[in-house]
Amino acid sequence: MPADVAWPRKDYSRVPFWLHHDEDLYALEMERIFRGPAWSYLCLEAELPKPCDYRSTWVGDTPVIVSRAKDGAIHAFVNRCSHRGAMIVRELRGNAERLVCLYHRWCYSNAGELTGLPFRKGLKGEGGMPEDFDMQAVSPQRLRVTNCHGMLFGTFSESAEPLEAYLGEFGVGMIQRFLARPIRILGYSRQRIAGNWKLYAENLRDTYHASLLHEFFVTYGVDRATQKGGVKMDARHRHNMNHAYAASDSDEDAKTAYADTATRLDRMRLRDQKLLKFHDEFPDGMNLAAPTFFPNALLIQINNTLGTRQIRPKGPGAHEVFQTLFGYADDDAAMTRHRLISANLVGPAGFVSMEDGEAIEAVQKATRSSPEGCAVIEMGGRGPVADQAHRVTEAPIRGFWSYWAELMGVEPVGGIR
Amino acid sequence: MAAYAITLDEDRLEEWVELFAEDCDYRVVTRENVEQGLPNVLMWCDNKDMLRDRVESYRHVNVYNPHYDRHVLGPLHFTAAKDGLCAFEQSYSLFQTSLEGESRLFSVGRYRVEALIDGNQAVLKSVTVIADTGQVPSLLATPI
Repeated sequence: MPADVAWPRKDYSRVPFWLHHDEDLYALEMERIFRGPAWSYLCLEAELPKPCDYRSTWVGDTPVIVSRAKDGAIHAFVNRCSHRGAMIVRELRGNAERLVCLYHRWCYSNAGELTGLPFRKGLKGEGGMPEDFDMQAVSPQRLRVTNCHGMLFGTFSESAEPLEAYLGEFGVGMIQRFLARPIRILGYSRQRIAGNWKLYAENLRDTYHASLLHEFFVTYGVDRATQKGGVKMDARHRHNMNHAYAASDSDEDAKTAYADTATRLDRMRLRDQKLLKFHDEFPDGMNLAAPTFFPNALLIQINNTLGTRQIRPKGPGAHEVFQTLFGYADDDAAMTRHRLISANLVGPAGFVSMEDGEAIEAVQKATRSSPEGCAVIEMGGRGPVADQAHRVTEAPIRGFWSYWAELMGVEPVGGIR
Repeated sequence: MAAYAITLDEDRLEEWVELFAEDCDYRVVTRENVEQGLPNVLMWCDNKDMLRDRVESYRHVNVYNPHYDRHVLGPLHFTAAKDGLCAFEQSYSLFQTSLEGESRLFSVGRYRVEALIDGNQAVLKSVTVIADTGQVPSLLATPI
Protein backbone atom coordinates (compact mmCIF):
# COMPACT_ATOMS: atom_id res chain seq x y z
CA MET A 1 0.00 0.00 0.00
CA PRO A 2 1.60 3.29 -1.01
CA ALA A 3 1.18 6.22 1.34
CA ASP A 4 0.64 9.67 0.02
CA VAL A 5 1.59 12.62 2.17
CA ALA A 6 1.06 16.12 0.82
CA TRP A 7 3.77 18.03 2.67
CA PRO A 8 2.96 21.75 2.61
CA ARG A 9 6.67 22.52 2.88
CA LYS A 10 9.84 20.75 1.82
CA ASP A 11 11.60 21.50 5.11
CA TYR A 12 8.96 19.76 7.28
CA SER A 13 8.10 23.00 9.06
CA ARG A 14 4.48 21.93 8.60
CA VAL A 15 3.49 18.42 9.71
CA PRO A 16 -0.04 17.21 8.92
CA PHE A 17 -2.02 16.14 11.98
CA TRP A 18 -3.54 13.12 10.26
CA LEU A 19 -0.15 11.36 10.45
CA HIS A 20 -0.91 10.72 14.13
CA HIS A 21 -4.32 9.16 13.57
CA ASP A 22 -4.33 6.95 10.49
CA GLU A 23 -4.56 3.16 10.91
CA ASP A 24 -3.19 2.30 7.47
CA LEU A 25 -0.27 4.66 7.89
CA TYR A 26 0.50 3.10 11.27
CA ALA A 27 0.59 -0.38 9.70
CA LEU A 28 2.95 0.95 7.06
CA GLU A 29 5.22 2.46 9.73
CA MET A 30 5.49 -0.92 11.40
CA GLU A 31 6.53 -2.45 8.08
CA ARG A 32 8.80 0.22 6.63
CA ILE A 33 10.41 1.57 9.80
CA PHE A 34 10.27 -0.99 12.62
CA ARG A 35 10.49 -4.05 10.36
CA GLY A 36 12.51 -2.05 7.84
CA PRO A 37 16.07 -0.72 7.80
CA ALA A 38 15.94 1.17 11.11
CA TRP A 39 17.85 -0.17 14.12
CA SER A 40 15.63 -0.42 17.18
CA TYR A 41 16.83 -0.45 20.77
CA LEU A 42 16.11 -3.86 22.33
CA CYS A 43 17.45 -3.81 25.91
CA LEU A 44 20.71 -3.50 27.80
CA GLU A 45 23.32 -6.24 27.79
CA ALA A 46 23.40 -6.01 31.59
CA GLU A 47 19.85 -7.39 31.61
CA LEU A 48 21.15 -10.68 30.22
CA PRO A 49 24.11 -11.36 32.50
CA LYS A 50 24.09 -15.17 32.37
CA PRO A 51 24.02 -17.75 29.58
CA CYS A 52 20.42 -18.77 28.75
CA ASP A 53 18.98 -15.52 30.14
CA TYR A 54 16.17 -14.14 28.02
CA ARG A 55 13.94 -11.12 28.06
CA SER A 56 10.89 -10.12 26.08
CA THR A 57 10.77 -6.77 24.37
CA TRP A 58 9.03 -5.04 21.47
CA VAL A 59 10.22 -3.75 18.13
CA GLY A 60 7.38 -1.55 17.03
CA ASP A 61 4.40 -3.75 17.75
CA THR A 62 6.26 -7.01 17.10
CA PRO A 63 6.99 -9.05 20.24
CA VAL A 64 10.66 -10.03 20.32
CA ILE A 65 12.78 -12.30 22.53
CA VAL A 66 16.34 -11.23 23.25
CA SER A 67 18.45 -14.03 24.64
CA ARG A 68 21.95 -15.02 25.48
CA ALA A 69 22.99 -18.44 24.21
CA LYS A 70 25.25 -20.84 26.10
CA ASP A 71 28.26 -19.55 24.21
CA GLY A 72 27.48 -16.00 25.34
CA ALA A 73 26.28 -14.77 21.95
CA ILE A 74 23.19 -12.58 21.96
CA HIS A 75 20.28 -13.35 19.68
CA ALA A 76 16.91 -11.76 18.99
CA PHE A 77 13.96 -13.32 17.24
CA VAL A 78 10.23 -12.85 16.92
CA ASN A 79 8.30 -14.12 19.92
CA ARG A 80 5.77 -16.01 17.84
CA CYS A 81 5.58 -19.77 17.52
CA SER A 82 6.22 -21.12 14.03
CA HIS A 83 3.33 -23.51 14.42
CA ARG A 84 0.17 -21.57 15.12
CA GLY A 85 1.50 -18.20 16.09
CA ALA A 86 1.23 -18.20 19.89
CA MET A 87 3.67 -16.13 21.91
CA ILE A 88 6.50 -18.54 22.72
CA VAL A 89 7.48 -16.73 25.89
CA ARG A 90 4.82 -15.04 28.00
CA GLU A 91 7.07 -14.13 30.92
CA LEU A 92 8.93 -10.83 30.90
CA ARG A 93 12.23 -12.57 31.59
CA GLY A 94 13.78 -15.84 32.62
CA ASN A 95 16.57 -18.31 32.21
CA ALA A 96 16.03 -21.48 30.21
CA GLU A 97 18.02 -23.75 27.95
CA ARG A 98 15.02 -24.28 25.74
CA LEU A 99 12.05 -22.03 25.13
CA VAL A 100 8.86 -24.02 24.82
CA CYS A 101 5.59 -22.78 23.37
CA LEU A 102 2.68 -23.61 25.71
CA TYR A 103 0.25 -24.59 22.97
CA HIS A 104 1.80 -27.73 21.42
CA ARG A 105 5.19 -27.62 23.13
CA TRP A 106 7.26 -26.73 20.12
CA CYS A 107 10.82 -26.11 21.31
CA TYR A 108 13.24 -23.37 20.43
CA SER A 109 16.93 -22.87 21.13
CA ASN A 110 18.32 -19.67 22.66
CA ALA A 111 19.17 -18.63 19.13
CA GLY A 112 15.53 -18.90 18.08
CA GLU A 113 15.84 -22.10 16.03
CA LEU A 114 13.00 -24.57 16.09
CA THR A 115 14.70 -27.66 17.51
CA GLY A 116 11.93 -30.09 18.18
CA LEU A 117 8.21 -30.73 18.32
CA PRO A 118 6.16 -33.47 19.97
CA PHE A 119 4.89 -36.41 17.87
CA ARG A 120 6.96 -35.33 14.92
CA LYS A 121 7.20 -38.95 13.78
CA GLY A 122 3.67 -39.73 14.92
CA LEU A 123 2.62 -42.55 17.26
CA LYS A 124 2.92 -46.21 16.34
CA GLY A 125 3.49 -45.28 12.75
CA GLU A 126 0.44 -43.08 12.54
CA GLY A 127 0.16 -39.33 12.14
CA GLY A 128 3.11 -37.00 12.64
CA MET A 129 4.66 -34.43 10.39
CA PRO A 130 5.57 -35.14 6.76
CA GLU A 131 9.03 -36.71 6.32
CA ASP A 132 10.37 -33.64 4.56
CA PHE A 133 9.21 -31.13 7.16
CA ASP A 134 12.05 -28.62 7.49
CA MET A 135 12.27 -27.14 10.99
CA GLN A 136 14.95 -24.68 9.97
CA ALA A 137 12.81 -23.24 7.21
CA VAL A 138 9.96 -22.32 9.54
CA SER A 139 12.01 -20.98 12.48
CA PRO A 140 10.88 -17.57 13.75
CA GLN A 141 12.26 -14.57 11.99
CA ARG A 142 15.58 -13.50 13.46
CA LEU A 143 16.84 -9.96 13.89
CA ARG A 144 20.37 -8.82 13.27
CA VAL A 145 21.69 -7.79 16.67
CA THR A 146 24.56 -5.45 17.42
CA ASN A 147 25.88 -4.63 20.85
CA CYS A 148 27.02 -1.05 21.11
CA HIS A 149 28.98 -0.73 24.38
CA GLY A 150 26.27 -2.64 26.24
CA MET A 151 23.22 -1.21 24.51
CA LEU A 152 21.61 -3.81 22.25
CA PHE A 153 20.02 -2.86 18.95
CA GLY A 154 18.27 -5.04 16.39
CA THR A 155 16.96 -4.76 12.87
CA PHE A 156 14.88 -7.05 10.67
CA SER A 157 16.61 -5.79 7.57
CA GLU A 158 19.50 -7.69 5.99
CA SER A 159 20.38 -4.61 4.00
CA ALA A 160 20.39 -2.09 6.87
CA GLU A 161 23.69 -0.25 7.19
CA PRO A 162 25.93 -1.37 10.10
CA LEU A 163 24.78 -0.03 13.46
CA GLU A 164 27.90 2.10 13.94
CA ALA A 165 27.22 3.88 10.66
CA TYR A 166 23.53 4.21 11.53
CA LEU A 167 24.22 5.82 14.90
CA GLY A 168 27.12 7.82 13.57
CA GLU A 169 30.09 8.99 15.58
CA PHE A 170 27.69 11.14 17.57
CA GLY A 171 25.45 8.27 18.63
CA VAL A 172 28.19 5.78 19.41
CA GLY A 173 30.04 8.45 21.40
CA MET A 174 27.00 9.21 23.51
CA ILE A 175 26.34 5.55 24.29
CA GLN A 176 29.99 5.21 25.29
CA ARG A 177 29.61 8.22 27.57
CA PHE A 178 26.69 6.69 29.45
CA LEU A 179 27.99 3.12 29.52
CA ALA A 180 31.69 3.74 30.09
CA ARG A 181 31.56 1.73 33.33
CA PRO A 182 29.74 -1.52 34.12
CA ILE A 183 26.16 -0.75 35.09
CA ARG A 184 23.67 -2.09 37.58
CA ILE A 185 19.97 -2.15 36.71
CA LEU A 186 17.89 -0.29 39.31
CA GLY A 187 14.51 -1.11 37.83
CA TYR A 188 11.77 -0.24 35.42
CA SER A 189 8.87 2.09 34.97
CA ARG A 190 6.14 2.13 32.38
CA GLN A 191 3.85 4.87 31.23
CA ARG A 192 1.02 4.40 28.76
CA ILE A 193 0.28 7.57 26.89
CA ALA A 194 -2.87 7.95 24.79
CA GLY A 195 -1.07 9.56 21.88
CA ASN A 196 0.74 8.54 18.72
CA TRP A 197 4.32 7.30 19.22
CA LYS A 198 5.70 10.03 16.95
CA LEU A 199 4.44 12.69 19.33
CA TYR A 200 6.77 11.22 21.93
CA ALA A 201 9.60 11.05 19.39
CA GLU A 202 8.99 14.74 18.64
CA ASN A 203 8.92 15.57 22.33
CA LEU A 204 12.38 14.05 22.76
CA ARG A 205 13.72 16.27 19.98
CA ASP A 206 12.11 19.42 21.30
CA THR A 207 14.42 21.26 23.66
CA TYR A 208 12.17 24.32 23.41
CA HIS A 209 9.42 22.75 25.53
CA ALA A 210 11.61 21.56 28.38
CA SER A 211 11.83 24.71 30.45
CA LEU A 212 8.30 25.86 29.55
CA LEU A 213 6.16 22.75 29.99
CA HIS A 214 8.30 21.42 32.82
CA GLU A 215 8.22 24.50 34.99
CA PHE A 216 9.92 22.59 37.77
CA PHE A 217 13.16 22.81 35.79
CA VAL A 218 13.18 26.58 35.90
CA THR A 219 11.48 27.23 39.21
CA TYR A 220 14.01 25.17 41.11
CA GLY A 221 16.95 25.92 38.83
CA VAL A 222 17.54 22.40 37.48
CA ASP A 223 17.59 23.56 33.91
CA ARG A 224 16.92 26.83 32.14
CA ALA A 225 17.09 27.69 28.47
CA THR A 226 19.67 30.32 29.45
CA GLN A 227 22.15 27.61 30.46
CA LYS A 228 24.80 26.73 27.92
CA GLY A 229 23.69 23.81 25.83
CA GLY A 230 21.98 23.04 22.57
CA VAL A 231 21.05 20.35 20.10
CA LYS A 232 23.40 17.99 18.33
CA MET A 233 22.45 15.57 15.58
CA ASP A 234 23.98 12.86 13.45
CA ALA A 235 24.78 13.72 9.84
CA ARG A 236 21.39 12.42 8.64
CA HIS A 237 19.52 14.36 11.38
CA ARG A 238 17.60 11.29 12.51
CA HIS A 239 19.11 11.14 15.99
CA ASN A 240 19.42 14.07 18.34
CA MET A 241 20.73 15.14 21.67
CA ASN A 242 19.38 17.90 23.84
CA HIS A 243 21.92 18.87 26.46
CA ALA A 244 22.85 21.51 28.99
CA TYR A 245 25.86 22.30 31.12
CA ALA A 246 25.46 22.61 34.87
CA ALA A 247 25.69 26.10 36.42
CA SER A 248 26.49 27.83 33.13
CA ASP A 249 24.10 30.80 33.35
CA SER A 250 23.35 33.52 35.89
CA ASP A 251 20.13 34.18 37.76
CA GLU A 252 19.98 37.62 36.10
CA ASP A 253 20.04 36.10 32.61
CA ALA A 254 17.26 33.76 33.58
CA LYS A 255 15.08 36.47 35.11
CA THR A 256 15.28 38.59 31.97
CA ALA A 257 14.62 35.62 29.67
CA TYR A 258 11.58 34.34 31.52
CA ALA A 259 10.09 37.79 32.27
CA ASP A 260 7.32 37.30 29.71
CA THR A 261 6.26 33.84 30.89
CA ALA A 262 4.25 32.85 33.89
CA THR A 263 7.27 30.96 35.20
CA ARG A 264 8.11 31.56 38.82
CA LEU A 265 11.77 32.20 39.44
CA ASP A 266 13.28 32.19 42.91
CA ARG A 267 9.91 32.57 44.62
CA MET A 268 10.06 29.00 45.74
CA ARG A 269 12.66 26.79 47.22
CA LEU A 270 12.56 23.10 48.01
CA ARG A 271 12.64 22.37 51.72
CA ASP A 272 14.72 19.31 51.03
CA GLN A 273 17.44 20.27 48.59
CA LYS A 274 18.94 16.82 48.23
CA LEU A 275 16.56 16.13 45.37
CA LEU A 276 18.52 18.59 43.25
CA LYS A 277 22.02 17.58 44.30
CA PHE A 278 24.28 16.86 41.36
CA HIS A 279 27.52 14.91 41.62
CA ASP A 280 29.43 15.74 38.47
CA GLU A 281 30.41 12.27 37.27
CA PHE A 282 31.08 12.84 33.58
CA PRO A 283 34.15 14.58 32.19
CA ASP A 284 32.00 16.87 30.00
CA GLY A 285 30.21 18.64 32.87
CA MET A 286 26.71 18.12 31.46
CA ASN A 287 23.92 17.74 34.03
CA LEU A 288 21.31 17.14 31.40
CA ALA A 289 21.84 14.93 28.39
CA ALA A 290 19.17 13.21 26.36
CA PRO A 291 20.49 11.50 23.24
CA THR A 292 17.63 9.99 21.32
CA PHE A 293 17.96 7.43 18.55
CA PHE A 294 15.52 6.90 15.71
CA PRO A 295 13.03 5.30 15.98
CA ASN A 296 12.51 4.11 19.53
CA ALA A 297 15.31 4.91 21.96
CA LEU A 298 16.47 7.49 24.43
CA LEU A 299 19.34 7.64 26.87
CA ILE A 300 18.59 10.07 29.65
CA GLN A 301 20.65 11.83 32.27
CA ILE A 302 19.02 14.33 34.56
CA ASN A 303 21.56 15.15 37.24
CA ASN A 304 22.51 11.68 38.52
CA THR A 305 19.48 9.80 37.27
CA LEU A 306 20.47 7.61 34.36
CA GLY A 307 18.30 5.49 32.18
CA THR A 308 17.08 4.34 28.82
CA ARG A 309 13.62 4.72 27.42
CA GLN A 310 12.07 2.57 24.74
CA ILE A 311 9.01 3.71 22.82
CA ARG A 312 6.56 0.87 22.23
CA PRO A 313 3.84 1.86 19.77
CA LYS A 314 0.40 0.45 20.64
CA GLY A 315 -1.69 1.40 17.63
CA PRO A 316 -1.96 4.91 16.16
CA GLY A 317 -3.50 6.35 19.32
CA ALA A 318 -1.25 5.02 22.09
CA HIS A 319 2.26 4.07 23.09
CA GLU A 320 4.09 2.81 26.12
CA VAL A 321 7.25 4.46 27.39
CA PHE A 322 9.34 1.74 28.99
CA GLN A 323 12.08 3.21 31.15
CA THR A 324 15.04 1.29 32.54
CA LEU A 325 16.95 3.06 35.30
CA PHE A 326 20.53 2.15 36.05
CA GLY A 327 23.50 3.13 38.15
CA TYR A 328 27.07 1.91 38.01
CA ALA A 329 28.20 -1.40 39.43
CA ASP A 330 30.71 0.35 41.68
CA ASP A 331 28.16 2.77 43.20
CA ASP A 332 28.13 2.59 46.98
CA ALA A 333 24.88 2.43 48.96
CA ALA A 334 24.77 6.22 49.37
CA MET A 335 25.14 6.79 45.63
CA THR A 336 22.43 4.25 44.81
CA ARG A 337 20.15 6.01 47.29
CA HIS A 338 20.98 9.36 45.72
CA ARG A 339 20.15 8.04 42.25
CA LEU A 340 16.82 6.69 43.52
CA ILE A 341 15.95 9.96 45.23
CA SER A 342 16.86 11.75 41.97
CA ALA A 343 14.50 9.32 40.22
CA ASN A 344 11.72 11.55 41.59
CA LEU A 345 12.63 13.82 38.68
CA VAL A 346 11.99 11.31 35.88
CA GLY A 347 9.47 8.66 34.89
CA PRO A 348 5.68 8.71 34.94
CA ALA A 349 5.64 10.63 38.24
CA GLY A 350 8.77 12.66 37.53
CA PHE A 351 8.82 16.32 38.48
CA VAL A 352 10.31 17.14 35.09
CA SER A 353 8.62 14.50 32.96
CA MET A 354 5.05 13.93 34.11
CA GLU A 355 3.77 16.78 31.94
CA ASP A 356 4.86 15.09 28.71
CA GLY A 357 2.06 12.54 29.03
CA GLU A 358 -0.50 15.28 29.49
CA ALA A 359 0.82 17.45 26.65
CA ILE A 360 0.91 14.55 24.18
CA GLU A 361 -2.61 13.44 25.09
CA ALA A 362 -3.80 17.02 24.67
CA VAL A 363 -2.36 17.06 21.13
CA GLN A 364 -3.83 13.66 20.25
CA LYS A 365 -7.29 14.69 21.48
CA ALA A 366 -7.42 18.01 19.69
CA THR A 367 -5.87 17.03 16.35
CA ARG A 368 -8.18 14.10 15.61
CA SER A 369 -10.85 16.38 14.26
CA SER A 370 -8.46 18.31 12.06
CA PRO A 371 -6.97 15.93 9.50
CA GLU A 372 -6.21 18.83 7.18
CA GLY A 373 -4.47 20.84 9.92
CA CYS A 374 -0.72 21.01 10.45
CA ALA A 375 1.74 21.51 13.28
CA VAL A 376 3.92 24.61 12.91
CA ILE A 377 7.59 23.82 13.46
CA GLU A 378 9.63 26.95 12.90
CA MET A 379 11.29 27.64 16.25
CA GLY A 380 15.01 27.80 15.51
CA GLY A 381 14.39 28.62 11.86
CA ARG A 382 13.23 27.14 8.55
CA GLY A 383 15.16 25.48 5.74
CA PRO A 384 18.10 23.13 6.27
CA VAL A 385 18.40 21.35 9.61
CA ALA A 386 21.63 21.90 11.55
CA ASP A 387 23.12 21.61 15.03
CA GLN A 388 22.52 24.63 17.23
CA ALA A 389 24.43 25.92 20.24
CA HIS A 390 21.28 27.25 21.87
CA ARG A 391 18.08 25.76 23.12
CA VAL A 392 15.31 27.82 21.62
CA THR A 393 14.89 25.45 18.72
CA GLU A 394 12.85 22.53 17.53
CA ALA A 395 14.86 21.92 14.36
CA PRO A 396 15.62 18.28 15.31
CA ILE A 397 11.89 17.56 14.98
CA ARG A 398 12.18 18.47 11.31
CA GLY A 399 15.19 16.15 11.11
CA PHE A 400 13.07 13.34 12.53
CA TRP A 401 10.33 13.89 9.96
CA SER A 402 12.78 14.03 7.07
CA TYR A 403 14.12 10.56 7.92
CA TRP A 404 10.66 9.24 8.70
CA ALA A 405 9.54 10.43 5.24
CA GLU A 406 12.58 8.81 3.62
CA LEU A 407 11.88 5.40 5.17
CA MET A 408 8.16 5.66 4.49
CA GLY A 409 8.86 6.58 0.85
CA VAL A 410 6.91 9.82 1.11
CA GLU A 411 9.57 12.51 0.79
CA PRO A 412 8.44 15.59 -1.10
CA VAL A 413 10.33 16.39 -4.29
CA GLY A 414 13.35 18.42 -3.15
CA GLY A 415 12.70 17.59 0.50
CA ILE A 416 15.52 18.47 2.88
CA ARG A 417 17.44 15.69 4.62
CA MET B 1 -6.49 4.90 56.35
CA ALA B 2 -9.96 6.33 55.92
CA ALA B 3 -8.55 9.80 56.56
CA TYR B 4 -5.72 8.98 54.16
CA ALA B 5 -8.15 8.12 51.37
CA ILE B 6 -10.57 10.96 52.05
CA THR B 7 -7.92 13.69 52.11
CA LEU B 8 -6.54 12.44 48.78
CA ASP B 9 -9.96 12.01 47.20
CA GLU B 10 -10.98 15.52 48.23
CA ASP B 11 -7.71 17.01 47.04
CA ARG B 12 -6.79 18.08 50.57
CA LEU B 13 -3.17 17.18 49.93
CA GLU B 14 -1.80 19.47 52.65
CA GLU B 15 -3.94 17.64 55.23
CA TRP B 16 -2.83 14.30 53.79
CA VAL B 17 0.79 15.30 54.47
CA GLU B 18 -0.12 16.02 58.09
CA LEU B 19 -1.02 12.37 58.61
CA PHE B 20 2.69 11.53 58.38
CA ALA B 21 5.47 11.71 60.98
CA GLU B 22 8.39 14.12 60.34
CA ASP B 23 10.77 11.21 59.72
CA CYS B 24 8.36 9.35 57.51
CA ASP B 25 9.01 7.36 54.38
CA TYR B 26 6.51 7.39 51.51
CA ARG B 27 7.19 5.58 48.30
CA VAL B 28 5.41 4.26 45.27
CA VAL B 29 6.95 1.17 43.74
CA THR B 30 5.65 -1.39 41.28
CA ARG B 31 5.12 -5.07 41.80
CA GLU B 32 7.20 -5.77 38.70
CA ASN B 33 10.27 -4.26 40.40
CA VAL B 34 9.56 -5.68 43.85
CA GLU B 35 9.28 -9.21 42.49
CA GLN B 36 12.67 -8.87 40.81
CA GLY B 37 14.24 -7.38 43.92
CA LEU B 38 14.87 -4.10 42.11
CA PRO B 39 14.84 -0.90 44.15
CA ASN B 40 13.41 1.50 41.55
CA VAL B 41 10.78 3.95 42.76
CA LEU B 42 8.17 5.96 40.92
CA MET B 43 8.06 8.37 43.83
CA TRP B 44 10.10 8.49 47.03
CA CYS B 45 9.90 10.98 49.86
CA ASP B 46 12.16 9.95 52.74
CA ASN B 47 10.93 12.66 55.12
CA LYS B 48 7.94 14.93 55.57
CA ASP B 49 9.66 17.92 53.96
CA MET B 50 9.90 16.00 50.70
CA LEU B 51 6.17 15.31 50.92
CA ARG B 52 5.54 19.03 51.50
CA ASP B 53 7.77 19.83 48.52
CA ARG B 54 5.79 17.46 46.28
CA VAL B 55 2.49 18.96 47.29
CA GLU B 56 3.75 22.52 46.91
CA SER B 57 5.11 21.68 43.49
CA TYR B 58 1.72 20.25 42.47
CA ARG B 59 -0.01 23.36 43.67
CA HIS B 60 2.25 25.87 41.95
CA VAL B 61 4.60 24.28 39.47
CA ASN B 62 3.63 20.96 37.90
CA VAL B 63 0.92 20.60 35.31
CA TYR B 64 -1.13 17.44 35.29
CA ASN B 65 -4.48 16.12 34.20
CA PRO B 66 -7.35 17.71 36.10
CA HIS B 67 -9.21 14.80 37.68
CA TYR B 68 -11.01 13.42 40.70
CA ASP B 69 -9.52 10.51 42.64
CA ARG B 70 -11.52 7.81 44.40
CA HIS B 71 -9.80 5.25 46.61
CA VAL B 72 -11.60 2.02 47.43
CA LEU B 73 -9.84 0.21 50.26
CA GLY B 74 -9.82 -3.47 51.17
CA PRO B 75 -9.67 -4.92 54.68
CA LEU B 76 -6.66 -4.22 56.92
CA HIS B 77 -4.35 -7.14 57.47
CA PHE B 78 -2.19 -6.63 60.58
CA THR B 79 1.27 -8.07 60.21
CA ALA B 80 3.05 -6.88 63.39
CA ALA B 81 2.63 -4.67 66.42
CA LYS B 82 5.38 -3.61 68.83
CA ASP B 83 5.85 -0.65 71.17
CA GLY B 84 2.93 1.25 69.68
CA LEU B 85 4.22 0.69 66.15
CA CYS B 86 1.67 -1.17 64.15
CA ALA B 87 2.33 -2.74 60.74
CA PHE B 88 -0.41 -3.67 58.31
CA GLU B 89 -1.17 -4.24 54.68
CA GLN B 90 -4.27 -3.22 52.77
CA SER B 91 -5.24 -3.48 49.14
CA TYR B 92 -6.57 -0.49 47.22
CA SER B 93 -8.20 0.42 43.97
CA LEU B 94 -7.84 3.94 42.75
CA PHE B 95 -10.26 5.24 40.16
CA GLN B 96 -9.74 8.49 38.30
CA THR B 97 -12.56 10.52 36.86
CA SER B 98 -12.04 13.29 34.34
CA LEU B 99 -13.79 16.63 34.58
CA GLU B 100 -16.17 15.35 31.89
CA GLY B 101 -17.16 12.51 34.18
CA GLU B 102 -15.30 9.67 32.44
CA SER B 103 -13.99 7.18 35.03
CA ARG B 104 -11.21 4.68 34.69
CA LEU B 105 -9.33 2.31 36.94
CA PHE B 106 -6.09 4.18 37.47
CA SER B 107 -4.18 1.89 39.81
CA VAL B 108 -4.66 -1.24 41.84
CA GLY B 109 -2.27 -2.64 44.42
CA ARG B 110 -1.58 -2.70 48.11
CA TYR B 111 -0.27 -0.50 50.87
CA ARG B 112 2.39 -1.69 53.27
CA VAL B 113 2.11 0.63 56.25
CA GLU B 114 3.79 1.28 59.58
CA ALA B 115 1.85 3.57 61.89
CA LEU B 116 2.51 4.86 65.39
CA ILE B 117 -0.62 4.39 67.44
CA ASP B 118 -1.14 6.69 70.42
CA GLY B 119 -4.62 6.39 71.91
CA ASN B 120 -7.05 7.28 69.15
CA GLN B 121 -4.36 8.93 67.06
CA ALA B 122 -2.34 7.23 64.36
CA VAL B 123 0.71 8.81 62.74
CA LEU B 124 2.04 7.30 59.54
CA LYS B 125 5.66 6.32 59.81
CA SER B 126 6.01 4.60 56.50
CA VAL B 127 3.74 3.96 53.56
CA THR B 128 4.91 1.87 50.63
CA VAL B 129 2.49 1.70 47.76
CA ILE B 130 3.12 -1.49 45.81
CA ALA B 131 1.22 -0.98 42.58
CA ASP B 132 0.18 -3.97 40.52
CA THR B 133 -0.57 -1.41 37.83
CA GLY B 134 2.98 -0.99 36.62
CA GLN B 135 1.87 0.65 33.40
CA VAL B 136 0.89 4.09 34.64
CA PRO B 137 -1.98 5.49 32.55
CA SER B 138 -1.02 8.95 31.26
CA LEU B 139 0.95 10.11 34.30
CA LEU B 140 1.15 9.83 38.07
CA ALA B 141 0.85 13.12 39.92
CA THR B 142 -1.42 13.09 42.94
CA PRO B 143 -0.28 10.42 45.42
CA ILE B 144 -1.80 6.96 45.53
